[in-house]
Amino acid sequence: MDTIVALSSGSLPSGVAIIRISGPKASKAVTALGAQITKPRQASLQTFYDPDGSVIDEGLVLWFPSPHSFTGEDVVELQTHGSRAVVAGILDVLSAYDGVRHAEAGEFARRAFTNGKIDLTEAEGLADLIDAETTAQRKVAQYLATGGLKELYKGWQDQLLNARAMIEADIDFADEDDVPGSVADQVWQDMAALQRSISHHLEGYDRSERIRDGFKISLVGKPNVGKSSLLNALAGSDRAIVSSEAGTTRDVVEVRMDIAGYLVLLSDTAGIREQAGAVEAEGIRRSIVSAEQADLVLYLSDDDNWDHDLIGKNSNVITIRSKADLGKLTPTDEEAIHVSVNDSASLLRILDMLSLRIKEELDRSRAGSAIKSRYIDHLHQCLKDIKLAIESEDALELRAEHLRAAAYSLGRITGQYDTEDVLGRIFSSFCIGK
Amino acid sequence: MHYDVIVIGGGHAGCEAARASAALGAKTALATHSIDTIGVMSCNPAIGGLGKGHLVREIDALDGLMARVADRSGIQFRMLNRRKGPAVRGPRTQSDRKLYREAMQAEIKSVEGLSILEGEVIDLSQDSSGAINGITLTDGTAIKCGAVVLTTGTFLRGLIHIGDKRFPAGRMGEKASTLLADRLAGLNVPLGRLKTGTPPRLDGRTINWDILEKQSADEELVPFSTMTNEIRVPQIDCGITRTTPATHNLIRENLKRSAMYSGNISGTGPRYCPSVEDKIVKFGDRDGHQIFLEPEGLDDHTVYPNGISTSLPEDVQWAMMKTISGLENAQILQPGYAIEYDHVDPKALDQSLNLIGTAGLYLAGQINGTTGYEEAAAQGLVAGINAAHFVGQKAPVHFSRTSSYIGVMIDDLTSRGVSEPYRMFTSRAEYRLSLRIDNADMRLSPLAIELGLASPDRAAHYNDVNGRLNAARDYLKSQTLTPQEAAKHGISLNMDGVRRSGYDLLSYASIELSDLIRVWPDLKQFDSDSLNRLAIEAHYAVYMDRQKADIESVLRDENLLIPEDTEFDKIAGLSNELRNKLNARQPKSIAEAQRIEGMTPAGIALIIAQVRKQQRSAA
Ligand SMILES: Nc1nc2c(ncn2[C@@H]2O[C@H](COP(=O)(O)OP(=O)(O)OP(=O)(O)O)[C@@H](O)[C@H]2O)c(=O)[nH]1
Ligand SMILES: [Mg+2]
Repeated sequence: MDTIVALSSGSLPSGVAIIRISGPKASKAVTALGAQITKPRQASLQTFYDPDGSVIDEGLVLWFPSPHSFTGEDVVELQTHGSRAVVAGILDVLSAYDGVRHAEAGEFARRAFTNGKIDLTEAEGLADLIDAETTAQRKVAQYLATGGLKELYKGWQDQLLNARAMIEADIDFADEDDVPGSVADQVWQDMAALQRSISHHLEGYDRSERIRDGFKISLVGKPNVGKSSLLNALAGSDRAIVSSEAGTTRDVVEVRMDIAGYLVLLSDTAGIREQAGAVEAEGIRRSIVSAEQADLVLYLSDDDNWDHDLIGKNSNVITIRSKADLGKLTPTDEEAIHVSVNDSASLLRILDMLSLRIKEELDRSRAGSAIKSRYIDHLHQCLKDIKLAIESEDALELRAEHLRAAAYSLGRITGQYDTEDVLGRIFSSFCIGK
Repeated sequence: MHYDVIVIGGGHAGCEAARASAALGAKTALATHSIDTIGVMSCNPAIGGLGKGHLVREIDALDGLMARVADRSGIQFRMLNRRKGPAVRGPRTQSDRKLYREAMQAEIKSVEGLSILEGEVIDLSQDSSGAINGITLTDGTAIKCGAVVLTTGTFLRGLIHIGDKRFPAGRMGEKASTLLADRLAGLNVPLGRLKTGTPPRLDGRTINWDILEKQSADEELVPFSTMTNEIRVPQIDCGITRTTPATHNLIRENLKRSAMYSGNISGTGPRYCPSVEDKIVKFGDRDGHQIFLEPEGLDDHTVYPNGISTSLPEDVQWAMMKTISGLENAQILQPGYAIEYDHVDPKALDQSLNLIGTAGLYLAGQINGTTGYEEAAAQGLVAGINAAHFVGQKAPVHFSRTSSYIGVMIDDLTSRGVSEPYRMFTSRAEYRLSLRIDNADMRLSPLAIELGLASPDRAAHYNDVNGRLNAARDYLKSQTLTPQEAAKHGISLNMDGVRRSGYDLLSYASIELSDLIRVWPDLKQFDSDSLNRLAIEAHYAVYMDRQKADIESVLRDENLLIPEDTEFDKIAGLSNELRNKLNARQPKSIAEAQRIEGMTPAGIALIIAQVRKQQRSAA
């Protein structure tokens, strides 16, 4: 029996998220987060780490050994902050653990029923919950539809159906005149193309995963334009030293903050200028590296002189006109966003704009919500099987078996097709029937 | 007079049903119009093929008749897909009509505890609870019984079309079986309508064989039955010819006169066996369509031109011959025709082929919407076993789709129904790699022995084969070597220092049995049949592990039974659509419920909850 994991509280972002792990490996899997199970049914506060050593979040760990749990199996519940980044981070670490996978819709409930943990009255209440799960899925499906992903997946499924029809025709109707004697190389060329499309798609997802480890925003500009002040204002705490002296900040200062449910890593950097001492020069070098690696650069200036060569070669830049309250506005500043740390409305505008930009970025790199990472497992599995089918030197029926498995994985996202569809495709492509 | 089981119809389903029922100790009668029609091949005389050949091997493993009879009448044995992997090979043969019939009749007459009733069954009788308790013959004789297997080999409300001519009939020259159809209608059985066609039959003496391409039997003849040592029937050639542009033009010109294109036919025909009219309409761009000229027997001059089934008027059929190479002077003995007929929606049956709601009535064969002798025979076997068990008050015997093509077919039929005449293909079996012709006996003979279906000879043969296979397997698994040692014998392996067994080595595509014999000469003590079986088994072994997990989850769901008195209406949270489907289908297990179209995980969860609740309140 696999161990399954899923977000079991409502949609994100939310105040608290509950992540549930059920199955024989539940207690072991949490060790991948650097956490431990403690006394049954008692909460303990622990820190969750990414395998790379960075902190994902702090939260509560609850241990319900079998059979006294919701599903009747060993269950561990984690309560964390309800940000997408945190939940996605934790789910990814857990589902990467050997023998653990993302749960299917309704699977916790189904295990609970199967193990006789629930009677009908409870089941009725649960029907709502299961429905909620499918509603969430429907939302995801909608997202996929609007993002064009659904069409994309359907297209892939159709390509697989075609390839399978050709191969199955060669197996089941080998004695038919109209079926080419050996599977046309075309099938394997098509599958190689499909393989490329899917890996390309997954690369896009990996990029979004990187973003979800924390969306990196870098504050850059000339000295004394108010970068440290803006960081403090946005983070709501005095994390960076502010002074009227130019060249105050000497090293990159990073703060973790939550903007609209997304984990953001906001970096303050040393002001960039030509004449600088050795220490400051090193700080400036780090500023430029930070700007280049950032997902988004906020380029601050307190006058209307913008020099994009100054800040390195990141194309994702927003220009911000700082100290707007000082009233030195000129018409050329129209394009820049005006902000003053003394004007909270302007700070809120910046936050809104940032959350919009982050969402756009995530959509662009095709990251949906935490739930969508369930699809990623299937896509990886599908890709693996297509690869095996292409590379296998084995007999046709074995290659066909890999394609069947590939279609099955993809079908778990888009809905299954069955033998009838394969046969239908065969009969419409070939004249079968001696 | 009283019988435990009466089997109606002496076709392929009827023969298997009667034998199985009698073998299980039920006092059985086979009712047929005439003894002479037992084992008649009413359409193309051929047995086996891809998927169908698997069914025949499985019938044999259950000690059924078809494989043995085919071995004694086959006149062109060929192993299809010989160049592909062993899992998708299919044995096929042309049969001599007369030899087949004679061999089948001899088998039937020799079955102990089986009587033959000559006469037409015109009605079934039921007791006050609706259970079947007897039959009535045309002469009014009433015979009591505990169960009936209905395998009307002939068509229900058949309607033959040749051009614009139409007449009710079974096969050509047979009476349409309308009375039984009326009885079935009285039982409120849901019916569907299908159509199929046949080509004209030709006089082989008027075919110009000399100019035609030939297809011969294999060099090495592989029998269907593991009990057959050798094929003794002489083998013949088939001729191959093609339709021509002239044929296509003729058909196009006369398309409106074809029954199929005149709008007179409502039934759905099979896509895999289109009429020649269909071929021209849908695939007219091809320069010709192949026709196999298959002699129907060694001393029979009738030839079956496989590939040109048609419902064009007779004069067009004659004209068509003139356009085909080798057939220019061919005489038509019987014109081709299309036939429409009723069938019972197999969704009305349970997995034992019992008509849900009518105790003691089992249906098998063409009546369930299938086509083909093999499909019919396999269903006959299942229905015969279950009818005998019903009378003997034993638990029904179900075949899982995880372990046999028979199971795949029964499950497809009863859970999905049919939209065209159902035929077996290997692609229907998701566990194709494990459901092979080489292991049909290993998969099913233990069941046959356990049920008492297998003759003592069969049981002894199985035990012998199994014993030899196990000994060879044990030996191969016990012998190991390192990659270095293998290299000395000219076998190159990954130099990882891992010791591999002979069995492991056999799974490598590049390693042959002969390589292993070089390493371990002692292997020669094992017979080649066992070694070949092991080579196939090892070849697929890696895939088996993967399929095993799938199969286990299917079996778990199959074993979770839904009690018969489950009230789906009372399950809150189910959509009306699902509720209606569940009420109509009355699934017996969670696996069956899961295969209902549109079933959701949430729906399944609710059903399981209901089952649990019922179990708890019963306890
Ligand atoms: N009036 C006004 N003054 C501001 C604003 N933002 C920053 N300042 C002032 O500008 C001066 C420089 O601010 P910092 O935030 O230290 O500037 P910086 O860009 O971090 O400077 P370096 O670290 O030296 O590069 C301080 O005296 C701030 O109080 C603003 O929005 N309005
Ligand atoms: Mg600063």
